[in-house]
Amino acid sequence: MISFLSSILIPLILFYVIGCGILAKRDVYHDFLEGAGDGLKIVKDLIPTLIGLMTGVGVLRASGFLDFLGDIFGKVTSAAGISPEIVPLALVRLFSSSAASGLLLDIFKEFGTDSLTGFTASLILSSTESVFYCMSVYFGSVGVQKTRYTLAGALTATFAGIAASVWLAGYLL
Amino acid sequence: MTYLWGGMILVGIIYGAFTGNLKEVSEAVVSSSGEAVSLCISMAGITAMWTGIMKIAENTGLVAGIAEKMRPLIRFLFPRIDPDSRAGRFICLNFLSNCLGLSWASTSSGLIAVRELAELEERRRKTGTGGRKKGTASNEMCTFLIINVSSLQLIPVNMIAYRTQYGSVNPTAIVGPAVLATAVSTGAAVIFCRIADRKGRNP
Repeated sequence: MISFLSSILIPLILFYVIGCGILAKRDVYHDFLEGAGDGLKIVKDLIPTLIGLMTGVGVLRASGFLDFLGDIFGKVTSAAGISPEIVPLALVRLFSSSAASGLLLDIFKEFGTDSLTGFTASLILSSTESVFYCMSVYFGSVGVQKTRYTLAGALTATFAGIAASVWLAGYLL
Repeated sequence: MTYLWGGMILVGIIYGAFTGNLKEVSEAVVSSSGEAVSLCISMAGITAMWTGIMKIAENTGLVAGIAEKMRPLIRFLFPRIDPDSRAGRFICLNFLSNCLGLSWASTSSGLIAVRELAELEERRRKTGTGGRKKGTASNEMCTFLIINVSSLQLIPVNMIAYRTQYGSVNPTAIVGPAVLATAVSTGAAVIFCRIADRKGRNP
């Protein structure tokens, strides 16, 4: 049911928006081209940002530094009863959604989707976002370098999401 | 951002040198920068598609209609923004598409919203009404970003698909708890923003 609804959502939106435009006698094709042109310009300005960011993340992951951090934190959290696989996942999640999905599938293969680890991992990825990626994309698109309290707030929210996920998974299973 | 990015590269190279992973690091430089360009190409298509559709929706007044309903939210989170401005409207669109899990639509509307916020800050600088130095995030940008990364998506559709694919007995079991966990992270974000916004006004 849910997957059906989500699969018809985009066509439904397109149909509704274009339908309303035509009923309002707007030149919808002209409007579309104008908007699409604006969007392309934004993405064009983003290319250097994304190259910089993804190279940085790639270097950090390839060096093994994230695994190293994950191991250290994993030792601390496993003392608190959280499986050590969760920490590297949460860390990688901050940098890249696709890399985090890769780790999630590894967890699914190893522990199963309905295990405590699998369930916790599903919840964490559902309730957090890739903080560094989002910050780079949005701030990069308008040339902002000094991000003030954004990172602190973003990490607070992410940490709250992770804590809630771990607690909920433990409570439900 | 300078320290964050610089730090990522420097720490990666130093750690890679100690652990003998420099070969992997060099490969990562080549492959990641290439991946970034392919991401930009797929992003260009879908972003342009959504900004095009949103332009139609804007010109027919649909965007204004949605923003109208979300007005109290903008008033609460962005007290200094006019809810009927383009910035306010596109923030609404971004939050809404985020909740629905339309990630590309939310990125597209978010990029427009941030650009409008930057222009707003530019106007504040010119009129001397509390704009910050160029290259510094305004309070509104900070709030917008923090709420965005707190994850707004209500139903984790991708996650359900992954769970189904890997043989979960009950793939949708995560929907309820995921909504709760998302509410907690977004709640934390809102509280943080309210406090920081009040403290950080008038530079």
